[in-house]
Parts: sequence; structure tokens; C-alpha cells
Amino acid sequence: MKKFFDRLILIDRRVIFLLISLSVIVPLLVKIELPLEVTPEVRRVFELVESLPDGSRILIPCEYAPDVMAEMEPMLYAILRQCYRKNLKVIVTALYPTGVNLIEKELRYMADQTGRKYGEDYTYLGYRPYPAAVILSMGQDFRQSFAVDFYGTPLDSLPMMKGVKNYKDVGLVLTVNATGGTEYWIIYGRERYNFPLAIGVTAVMGADYYNYLKTGQIVGIIPGLKGAAEYEKLIDHPEDAIRGMNIQSIVHLLIVVFVLIGNVGFFLSGQYRRKK
Amino acid sequence: MRRQLPLTITFVTAFTLAVQYFIPHRTFEILYEVSQVWLQIVGAFAMVLGIVSLWQLHWNKARGRKPGWGYSVVTLVCLTAMIVFGFTGPTKLGEVKAGGWIGPFNWSYDNVLNPLSATMFALLAYFIASAAYRAFRARTAIATILLLSAVIVMLGRVPLGDVISFGLFSKIANWLLYVPNVAAKRAIVIGVGLGVAAMSLKVMLGIERSYMGGE
Amino acid sequence: MSISTDIGVWVAAFFTLCIFSFLYKDNPFYKFAEHVAVGVSAGYWFVVLMKETLQPAVFLPLKQGRWNLVPGPLGIFLLILPVIIGLLLFFRFSKRYNYIARIPIALIYGIGAGPTLVQYLQNSVIRQMQPTMIKISFASWDSFSEVLIAVGVVCGLTYFFFSKEHRGTIGGVAKVGIWTLMIGFGATFGFTVMARVSLLIGRFVFLMRDWLGVIG
Repeated sequence: MKKFFDRLILIDRRVIFLLISLSVIVPLLVKIELPLEVTPEVRRVFELVESLPDGSRILIPCEYAPDVMAEMEPMLYAILRQCYRKNLKVIVTALYPTGVNLIEKELRYMADQTGRKYGEDYTYLGYRPYPAAVILSMGQDFRQSFAVDFYGTPLDSLPMMKGVKNYKDVGLVLTVNATGGTEYWIIYGRERYNFPLAIGVTAVMGADYYNYLKTGQIVGIIPGLKGAAEYEKLIDHPEDAIRGMNIQSIVHLLIVVFVLIGNVGFFLSGQYRRKK
Repeated sequence: MRRQLPLTITFVTAFTLAVQYFIPHRTFEILYEVSQVWLQIVGAFAMVLGIVSLWQLHWNKARGRKPGWGYSVVTLVCLTAMIVFGFTGPTKLGEVKAGGWIGPFNWSYDNVLNPLSATMFALLAYFIASAAYRAFRARTAIATILLLSAVIVMLGRVPLGDVISFGLFSKIANWLLYVPNVAAKRAIVIGVGLGVAAMSLKVMLGIERSYMGGE
Repeated sequence: MSISTDIGVWVAAFFTLCIFSFLYKDNPFYKFAEHVAVGVSAGYWFVVLMKETLQPAVFLPLKQGRWNLVPGPLGIFLLILPVIIGLLLFFRFSKRYNYIARIPIALIYGIGAGPTLVQYLQNSVIRQMQPTMIKISFASWDSFSEVLIAVGVVCGLTYFFFSKEHRGTIGGVAKVGIWTLMIGFGATFGFTVMARVSLLIGRFVFLMRDWLGVIG
């Protein structure tokens, strides 16, 4: 028995890799549907966007790179669907350099899907370095950092940007963020200019921002793919996030089983006693 | 002078910008806004410097035929190609005529950079699983607390966890996230905030000089 | 099953599989893909910096002959000056004059440190301490939770206080602190697993849907 567990906990890691791969591939081929509960922190974001009057402006700073596209893209799509359904005017920035073209592609895709027009329904301001500096300057005037949009058009030439000067002219700032810039939006943006701020972040960062939710510095969090799946459920448009969560369940269960087997093997194999 | 001038610049700019925060006068606001634009411009040159340094590193490796120099050639070719594409063709989908080709820059971004970046991060899932199996041990009380908290959150935040525990895991996970997790993160944020403030003060007063490099 | 006929998708799939090949063992395909990633990424950054930063922030106002923030010739001077300061960074490559590169670095640090000092104190310290200073009440589950949070914060901060030895009462408080911190770290680990698995699912969806066409 001891030998069996000794061998078990020293198993080649490529076996583990194979099992993980299978735990993703099989549920993709065999569709699984599991019930999904919406958490309060995601519902708050949804309800806040719903409460904005039709036609009001929302600022969606997107700060992520292709690395985390799998988590953030479904989130952005779900948010944009809701915004366009409510006829909100969407202003987007991309304060992370390697995400600039990705965000553009995503905005154009969603505009095609929903029949939205650039300059009237959404505007893409593009990238500037040093997010803290940009966030602070936008509090005075968007045009300080973004005299022109991503395509070189002066902001005043865009119908939806007329009369938009700074954060006071947007109903909500909802940052879809996979970088430390999330904290900048809280520290340099929300705290200085006192606008309502909600965040959509990767799951890695999710746990860190419940604290800011408690202090009231942010109004809601959409954490990772789970948050995106909940948002898709709220807007009643299941897509990649809900599919992903069903697969994620299987993988998580497998990893928990690995942890349990590893620990049972560790204690039963005598390694625990030897190490003590 | 070689050290005094930079230290003076750091002190004057840091002190002025710290003090302007408390002076609600338009001149100081403009001063602050100008400083932020300066940061963007000088910062952009700093990033360009990084890219030039990268070029230099791989160029020296390729020229000196050091081990792995072939890969350095690959890096240099890709770097040059991307820059050439960026300045000779469209770099935004909005610049492309309807129905036209998106251009080599956009194509490389979509089909080379995106999948490479995304897959590199996706690899981590395998290593986390392997680490969970081989290294995540409940050896001590503290390690057990960490392990239990991780398992509860992992199962509590996925639909299957609710199914197998009749909703218990998600309730416990929510409590963990809203109470002890908040306490822990708040303590860390306060500690980090004090640390950052102390470091900023040290930079301002010239006590922290490592950014200037050696003599 | 309808396999993709788009050459771009095949190239993307090739690079994806090159990176995944590392799971078996380190190999030339992985190294090749890694170096392509570095080169393409750096080239991309350079183009974005030039076109998205320097062009609108510097070249465009200079071309127009005016800067919105500071009107007149003073504005133009204040735009040219940071460009000159930024160019000083390239003295880093000179063996004799590399100390000149300290000037722009000093400027970056100064502009960064000044506001950071004030804002981190306000937002990360004071704003976090405020909700911790609560009225102690056990009247409801929420107020009891707030007390628990406050206790956890104090204990956690005590753990990080190394000027006094963690013995006796201080040791006991620090111990509660480390337990609280471990719960936080466990939650973070759980979320980290979630994040990485999501990214893996994304890549498999690309391979099986966009490339091989075996799923819808």
C-alpha cells in the first residue's frame, strides 16, 4: 500500500497534463449544462448599467492584452450587448499597449453584430502610456490625453463626444481590466473625481478587490470568466463564458481530486513521518 | 553634479507635485497636467530605449555566434518585420478599405502575437494542476487553512460545486471572500500603502538612489 | 467537422501547438515560437508607442503649432522640452556620458513619486482604515462580520510588525493574523486556478472550433 502511494505521488507530470487536457476536451465535445447562480457583486454592476438613462454615456476603459483574452473578451461582449440594448453611448480607451488592436477588433465585431455606428454609438480613444497620468488628466478634460480618437479624428468631430468634457459627463466608469491599472482607476480616478466605478477583472485579481467593494470605492466586480458567465445569464445571451464555466467545473473538480489524492498519498506513504 | 542634478530634479518635481495636491489654484492644476503629459512623453522614450536594448542584446548574440544565436536572428527578423509593417501598411482595422486585406501588421497581430501570448498564459493551468498534485500539502495548520480556503473557493465559484454540495460551498466561499479575505487584503493594502508612501518619500528626499545606477 | 481554410488560423494553430509542445519537453519548436513572440511583441510596442503616443501628444500639436493645455509659444516650448529630455535617455549607450541619462529618469521618478505619496496615503491607508474604525456591535450578522473584519485587519497588521518579537500576547495576535492572511491567500489561489483554467479553455475552444471545426 505504501509503495503504491509512493509511486502515485511521484507520477510523471505529463500524465497530469494529459488528464487536464482530457478534462477540457471531453466536456467541449459532450455538452454539459449546469445551473449558474448570479453573485451580488456582479448583479450590482448589471443593475447599475440598467439604471442609466437611455442615451447616457458610459466610459469603458479596457486594459488587457491577448494573454487574457479568453476571460475578458466574453466579459466585454456581454457588457457591450447590455449597453447597446439600452442605447448607451460607449466611450472606450485601451490603456495597455498590446491590447490596443485587440480592443478595436472586439469593438468592431460587436458593432457589426448589433448594428452600431462609430462616432454615434461608440468611440474608441485608443492608447496613451502611463495610465495614472491619463486617468488624472481625463478628470480635467478627455482631450488633454486624447485630443484625437484612435483614428486621428478630433473628438469634437464625433457626434456623441460633443459636450463630453470629463468624468462628470459620463454616467458610469466600468473598467474591464487585467492590469494593476485597476487600482489606478480607484486611487487616481474614483477617489479624486468621485465618479461611480465598477470593475471587470481577471479571476486572479478578483479576490483582491472585494476589499474595495466593502469600502464603497467600487460599486461592483465582474471577476473572471465566472463573472462574465453570470453577466451573460443576466442579459439572457449565453455565449462562450457560460460554455466555459461548465467546462471549468470539471477541471476544478479534477484539480481538487489531485489535491486530495496528493495529500492522502503524502500522509499514507510515510513521507509525512519521514519529513517530520 | 552628476548625482546632485538628478537628485535635485527628483526632489523639486516630487515636492512640487505633492504640494500642488493641496492647492486648489488653476496654475497648479495646469502644472500638474503638464507634468502628466511630460511623463507620457518621456515615458514613451523610456519604452523605446527598452526596445533598442532588446535589439542590441540579440544583435550582439547573433553577431558573436553565441549559443542559441539562430533564435536571436528569429527575434531580430520578427522585430524588424513588425516595425516595417507598422510604418508601411495599415495598423488599424478602421484604416482598411471595406472588403480589403487587413494588412501584414494587423494579420501578424491577430495570427501570431495573439495566439502566442494567449497560449503562454494558458500553459500555466497545467503547471498549477501539477503543483497542486505534487506540492500542495497540508503539512502544518497554516498550510491546511490555506488549502481548505483554496478548495472551498475553487468549488464554491463553479456551478458543479453548488450541485455536489447543495449550495453549501458557494455560501461558505462567499463568506470567505467577504469577511476573512477582505480583512487579509485590507491589512495587505494598508501595509503596501504605507510602504509605497515611505518609498516615495525616500525617492523624493534622495535617500533611495538605486534608480540612478552606479557612478 | 469543417477544418479551417484560412491560412491565418493555421498559422495561429501552429504557434499554439508549438507552445503546447513544451508540456512534453523543451524543444526547438517551443524556442522558435518563444523568440517569435518576443520579436513581434517588441515590434508591436514600438509601432504603438510611435503612432499612439508620440504622434498625438507631440507631433500633431507641433504640426498644428499649438498646444491646447498651454497656449502660445510657451506651450510649444513645453512640448519640445520633454522630447529633448526623453532623447537624453539614449546617452545610456555612451560609456563616457551615460550619467546624462539620469536626468530623464530623475524626472520620471519625481513626477511619479510626488502624487503617489499623497494618493497612496489617502487611498490605501486612510480610506482603508476608515471602514475598519467601526462601532462594535453584535446586533446583526453584518455588524458581527464587520467586527471580525476589524479584528482580522488588526491581527494581520500585527503580523507584519517586526519591530517587536512575536511572543506572548503579540505572538498570539500575530498568529490570528497569519491565519487570516492564509485564508486570503487561499482565496487568491482558488481564483488564480480559475483564471488559468479559463485561458486554457479559450485556447482549446480556438483549436477545436476555429481551426478543426469539431464544435459549434
